[in-house]
Amino acid sequence: MKILLMGNPNVGKSVFFSRLTGVHVIASNYPGTTVSYTRGFMKLGGEAVEVIDVPGTYTLEPTSEAEEIASQMLTTGDVVINVVDATNLERNLYLTLQLLEKEIPVVVALNIWDDTEHRGIHINLSRLEEFLGVPVVPTVAVTGQGMSELVKRIDEATSPHAPLRSRDERWAAIGDIIDQVQTITHRHHTRLERLADASVKPLTGIIIAIGVLSVAFLVIRFIGEGLIGYVLDPLFNNLWAPVILRLSDLLGNSGFLHDIVIGRIIGGEVNFVESFGLLTTGLYVPFAMVLPYITSFYLVLGLLEDVGYLPRLAVLMDTVMHRLGLHGYAIIPTMLGFGCNVPAILATRILESKRERFIAATLISIAIPCAALQAMILGLVGQHGVQYVAIVYGTLFLVWVALGIILNRLVKGFSPELLIEIPPYRLPPWRTVLLKLWIRHRGFLMEAIPIILAAVLTINVLYVFGVFNAIANFTAPVVTGLLGLPKEAVTALVVGFLRKDLALGMLAPLALTAEQLVIGSVVLAMFFPCIATFVILVKELGIVDMLKAAAIMITVALLTGGILNLILNYWL
Amino acid sequence: MADSKQVTLRQMRAGQSGIVVQIQGGHGLINRLSALGIRPGKKITKVGSMFMRGPVTIQLDSAQVAIGFGMANKVIVDLG
Repeated sequence: MKILLMGNPNVGKSVFFSRLTGVHVIASNYPGTTVSYTRGFMKLGGEAVEVIDVPGTYTLEPTSEAEEIASQMLTTGDVVINVVDATNLERNLYLTLQLLEKEIPVVVALNIWDDTEHRGIHINLSRLEEFLGVPVVPTVAVTGQGMSELVKRIDEATSPHAPLRSRDERWAAIGDIIDQVQTITHRHHTRLERLADASVKPLTGIIIAIGVLSVAFLVIRFIGEGLIGYVLDPLFNNLWAPVILRLSDLLGNSGFLHDIVIGRIIGGEVNFVESFGLLTTGLYVPFAMVLPYITSFYLVLGLLEDVGYLPRLAVLMDTVMHRLGLHGYAIIPTMLGFGCNVPAILATRILESKRERFIAATLISIAIPCAALQAMILGLVGQHGVQYVAIVYGTLFLVWVALGIILNRLVKGFSPELLIEIPPYRLPPWRTVLLKLWIRHRGFLMEAIPIILAAVLTINVLYVFGVFNAIANFTAPVVTGLLGLPKEAVTALVVGFLRKDLALGMLAPLALTAEQLVIGSVVLAMFFPCIATFVILVKELGIVDMLKAAAIMITVALLTGGILNLILNYWL
Repeated sequence: MADSKQVTLRQMRAGQSGIVVQIQGGHGLINRLSALGIRPGKKITKVGSMFMRGPVTIQLDSAQVAIGFGMANKVIVDLG
């Protein structure tokens, strides 16, 4: 048996899914968090039943790719749990009526039930059940209220085989139902609602946006640096370094195995950034340089997502984004990209047209550095002064704007307009915020650490065989001539295909000037996506568009690096 | 209908309420708007709009929807 969770966007299907299956998926407070389906299993009457978290859709006549997936999924299921936002019953019922016209049995979950009371909404459950002809259960997925009742009634799910209706007939039927089932009593605006209104008005909206983003940035820096300075650096320097030195002695202080496991020990000191062994740099880069910023970034992003701020940012940025061939909602994948480009490119599915998705995915993979790379930029470039970090971010921002304007001119078609539901502000329970933070950490630990360790190993072996020297000599005209970097820096660009954080770390032993580090960081950020992003780009754009995007990336990266080299090393 | 006043969503002032009377667009637009509950006969309140041809935000029931400038120009509202 296969159970589908279906409903409008942002009604809590993903929280529902986690409750039913114990499989934790990312849930946020904005429409379109789930762009592809997730499957899990739950126990029902002693047998394991498949449950599928279907992307949200307003109607079975799809208007975006995520909605298209939802419509296709419908044909594969045995039962639908139609998750309905009880505070927006009228609009949600449209999909419900469409579902009731299909052959598939339906049970309705009136979710966010706890919010109806203070909003002055009263719903007559038994009358609603009568009208729909299927079980209706009030639920609060976030707290788990009503979930066991819902599970009990799954086997009562039926298909009333409602007659096929036109759009206007459905709305007329909904009007009748609402008249007899729902009463709304007037009540005053809450403080959160007044704040919500203020954040989509021009003047107050911009002030709030600047405030929110500045605080977000400061908190990310504060937590990230705090974790490094007070927790991870002391751990590595005071506890791990002596262990490494003992091990180095045991391995005879040199030799093939020593170089791979520990790397170079200079003057009896461990340099975790430069030594480049599996147990030194291989652990220090992911755990002590990148992980702290993964923690701080995703904590802040998670809060912004769950509070419901991101759609407001979309409204605010809409005019700007139209210049780049996108509309405001593209800001959501872009913000996700500052964490990791992979989910960001998946999230471009919330955009309507192929053209928008191409532009958004290309801009993200060129100009939006992921948290891992940013952590390394802050760590390495930041040593030379904050002004150099500013040059890196300033350059990437200019490239983002300029390339967007150019792509908007060059790519055929037009950008559709913004049309999104803006969810109410919600104060997320800490439990859900921390749970999501953990899911994202697990993703980083499981995917990044093995790649980093494998890369360190491979690089060390290749060094021994002199492979990198051959490449370095071959590419010297571009790397040295155009970008003004030592020819060995090409190794970093090659490794950038595996992991950009590690790649930037490889520039550390080259004793680069601050200017060279800036150029290296910018080129590395733009040049080519890492392998994980590359795979997802091919999947989402298709091979032809991916090749186009790759050509744009390489050209723009070399051009930008060359210009930076001219400005930083010759003009100034 | 003689003394009723009809304007587009864009022309409404922030805080004004009215009834949607018509959507001057093709099937695609009408479908997308009605999926979000914006359809003739529906009472809406304008929350505000962004300057420089930015989107218009409206309140309907307990939901808010942001609508691009061009679309907002095609939604006709009766201020009553």
